[in-house]
Amino acid sequence: MDSTNQKIIKKDSVVVKFAGDSGDGMQLAGTLFADTAALEGNDLSTFPYYPAEIRPPHNTVAGVSGFQVNVGGKVLTSGDEVDILVCMNPASLAANLKVVKIGGTILADADNFSEKAYEKAGYKNNPLEDDSLNSYRLLKVPMTSLAKIAAEEAGADGRLAERTRNIFALGMILSICDYDIEKTFHLLEKKFSSKPVILESNKKSLLSGYAYADSSELSLSKVQLPVAEIAKGRYRNITGNIATAWGLLAAAERSGRQLFLGSYPITPATEILMELAAQKSLGTKVFQAEDEIGGVCSAIGASFAGAMAVTTTSGPGLSLKTEALGLAVITELPLVVVNVQRGGPSTGMPTKSEQSDLNMALFGRNGEAPMIVFAASSAADCFYKAYETAKYSMEHMTPAILLTDGQMGQGSELFRIPKVSELPEIVPPIAKANDENYQPYKRDMETLARQWAIPGTEGLRHRIGGLEKTDGKGMVSTDPLNHELMSKYRAEKVQKVAERIPLQDVVGEQEGDVLVVSWGGTFGAVRTAVNELHAEGKSIGHAHFGYIMPLPRNTADIFKKFKKIIVCELNLGQFVNYLRMVHPDFTYEQYNKIQGLPFDIQELKDVFNKML
Amino acid sequence: MNLKDLSKIEKSEVPLTKEDFVSDQMVKWCAGCGAHAILASVANVFPEIGYKKENFCFISGIGCSSRFPYYVNTYGFHGIHGRANVIATGVKITNPHLSVWIVTGDGDSMAIGGNHFIHIVRRNLDVNIMLFNNQIYGLTKGQYSPTSPIGSVTKTSPFGTIEHPFEPGELVLGAQGTFFARTLDTRPKHMTEVMFEAARHDGTSVVEILQNCVIFNDKAHGAITSRDLRDDAQLMLQHGEPMLFGAEKNKGIKLGQMGLEVITIGEDGNTIDDVLVHDMYAKDPAIHLMLAKIKPPLYPMAFGVIRAAEFPTYNQLVEKQLVLAKESSNIKSVDDLLNSGDTWEI
Repeated sequence: MDSTNQKIIKKDSVVVKFAGDSGDGMQLAGTLFADTAALEGNDLSTFPYYPAEIRPPHNTVAGVSGFQVNVGGKVLTSGDEVDILVCMNPASLAANLKVVKIGGTILADADNFSEKAYEKAGYKNNPLEDDSLNSYRLLKVPMTSLAKIAAEEAGADGRLAERTRNIFALGMILSICDYDIEKTFHLLEKKFSSKPVILESNKKSLLSGYAYADSSELSLSKVQLPVAEIAKGRYRNITGNIATAWGLLAAAERSGRQLFLGSYPITPATEILMELAAQKSLGTKVFQAEDEIGGVCSAIGASFAGAMAVTTTSGPGLSLKTEALGLAVITELPLVVVNVQRGGPSTGMPTKSEQSDLNMALFGRNGEAPMIVFAASSAADCFYKAYETAKYSMEHMTPAILLTDGQMGQGSELFRIPKVSELPEIVPPIAKANDENYQPYKRDMETLARQWAIPGTEGLRHRIGGLEKTDGKGMVSTDPLNHELMSKYRAEKVQKVAERIPLQDVVGEQEGDVLVVSWGGTFGAVRTAVNELHAEGKSIGHAHFGYIMPLPRNTADIFKKFKKIIVCELNLGQFVNYLRMVHPDFTYEQYNKIQGLPFDIQELKDVFNKML
Repeated sequence: MNLKDLSKIEKSEVPLTKEDFVSDQMVKWCAGCGAHAILASVANVFPEIGYKKENFCFISGIGCSSRFPYYVNTYGFHGIHGRANVIATGVKITNPHLSVWIVTGDGDSMAIGGNHFIHIVRRNLDVNIMLFNNQIYGLTKGQYSPTSPIGSVTKTSPFGTIEHPFEPGELVLGAQGTFFARTLDTRPKHMTEVMFEAARHDGTSVVEILQNCVIFNDKAHGAITSRDLRDDAQLMLQHGEPMLFGAEKNKGIKLGQMGLEVITIGEDGNTIDDVLVHDMYAKDPAIHLMLAKIKPPLYPMAFGVIRAAEFPTYNQLVEKQLVLAKESSNIKSVDDLLNSGDTWEI
């Protein structure tokens, strides 16, 4: 393809959003684009956005599905504003125009802008024909008909041929980013290896879209992106849910325990269940239970029987599991609970992300029932946090919750592939056969963990359960002082984890005017905002928390060094109130957003600037 | 027939006695409670079943029955209300070599844990469920349960219950159960025989034990157990034997055109050849369902192993899939997995 007459623009990053009707294949086009970007050596971050319904009414704003990808040299978020919007129908234009950068490019499938379609999207006139899009670079492309012509050459019939329009659009984007189309061919070949007609028609459409964008009549400029500024190593693109599943598998392998997952499908956590169900060759046992309670209770049974037991869920599911979590606390069995947060309460907004389950993770059980709570900060971090959650749960013989969220769970980023042997070792306190001194609640006074005596082992028969037990011997007991002692042990055991997790770090200014505090999935946006202000010379630092319960032991030392502290989170203030409780000596300001959307970098900078 | 070869299990090296299964904890059931007899039967039959003692595992939920694990010296787990069946599911999937025994009651498994009950039965996981049915909530002091007969006057039904009770056997067979037996806390020998059969069955064995609650539902099963009624009220099933009952063993069960019929041998031209012969291994559950349902006053109630049909177990299929996956996949370690698919060097 001759592209010598095309202008080349160097950019640090470019944000592309594919938007269309649910069922238009936007998630597929976006995923293929991200994977191609990864193969091209770019850093990336993705943000799938789709309605909760599978096929909502055709051509309506409610039915718009989108997939946003930020690619470039160093990328921490999926991007505030979109540089290039692909919109397959009027509804997807209406739903996404507000996020397109002024001066940005809009690629519209002109075939789908019929009067009926634009009226359904709320337009009085065809937005492609009036002057309403004058502030953007608008390209009206008959994508459906061009895709149809291309795909029919490969033997696809009318309907199938038209459906390759998403891939035609992807071809155009590949051309703009100057990506090697062969890499995408390779991805398509893997996806459709058993469906030759679909494969060939998609390849034809991809090529046709690429060539169309290359053609000089459009005089589109090409974007040249820097390669990722990241450490040397072997990389892949990964979503948070897959990374979570793999982190759990790594922990099971490293600890020598069989992995058991008891779970029930729920958006947006289901991909973890599906991924582990696929990894049977590693000996993973996956049980799809009859309900959420069955998921966690089977995991508790598995833990009693000696497995590294896991249950995965999202908000409403965690509500259902709470009674059983108390059982795991009092029986002092290891258990990993992964909660992929979504908009709540109740069913709330299943496909939208927020951080509103922190209170439940920390406090949502009857009695004094403390649990370890960790939070992942990005898709790739899910791997490490899942690994650590499992490690400390097993080593301290206590249940632990990992909080991720829908955006990182389903969004993806680059992941540097570690070697399992280089991960920290995991040594669960497994009781030895015929140990005459074995007692169910005898503790290692360093970790306060009791021993894990696995059924089938000789000489360790014992009984545990939901009733309070005596220290040491583990007899059923309602003795007042014993109950107080055991309650304190269970709390102290969780606090002991603080002695082993890393100290909290601060990026940017180490002491000064404003400390920005955040946790979990807001990492990318907050870190970018603080970095940009710090680069401007502002006295600002950032502490991003991944260890919530217990907090790192230097937390107060960090807080002391700043005049003002602001806590940013996607809820109404759950972490900030927890900090007010644990570290009451400081004054905390807070910035909250609860719209099912991530923070924008610019909005955060505006907030911080007002404090500086 | 789906019998475990008990000669192939991991056996105790020394002969075990019932003393091996007595725990050090004080048994806190009421004097006269049927649970004492059930506990004694377990201690008697476990040595005979023959697993090494570390491979027995008891799991329970909540209720009077569910204190059971504390009173047997095996591995034991006292769970939460209604969840014994699914906790046990996790135990058995993790370690299929264990002999897993679930102790539950009519509240625990028929009400709050009804969902887990039907699903464990449907999956045919190889566990043994002892369902203590006293038709009352004992531990909360006398409220009606899902098996209380309609009209029962209890603390929460002062005007009598207005609910149709569950018949556990119907529920088991409706959920495609492969093993269902019924026994009585007043017949210790029969209990041990049935428990032994349950242990030999490869699949989910449900043993309903009609149990008396001396405090809140005394003579709960009086219409079946009382001295003057029991001969006509109890049909003691034996595989391969005709279904006879009555003091003279001259009454029998016949398969009529509209279902089961009670006949008297020598009357209306009925002979022993008209009496149904029990086939507990039959795969078709139709007659087993009829047997599970019959009860006085029109019929006797059936006791013994009603159904023991052979079907693959969940845990067998789990292991089979693991073996196949290991043979066919080139992902042998997590490092293989991490490096699978599209990766590149920077």
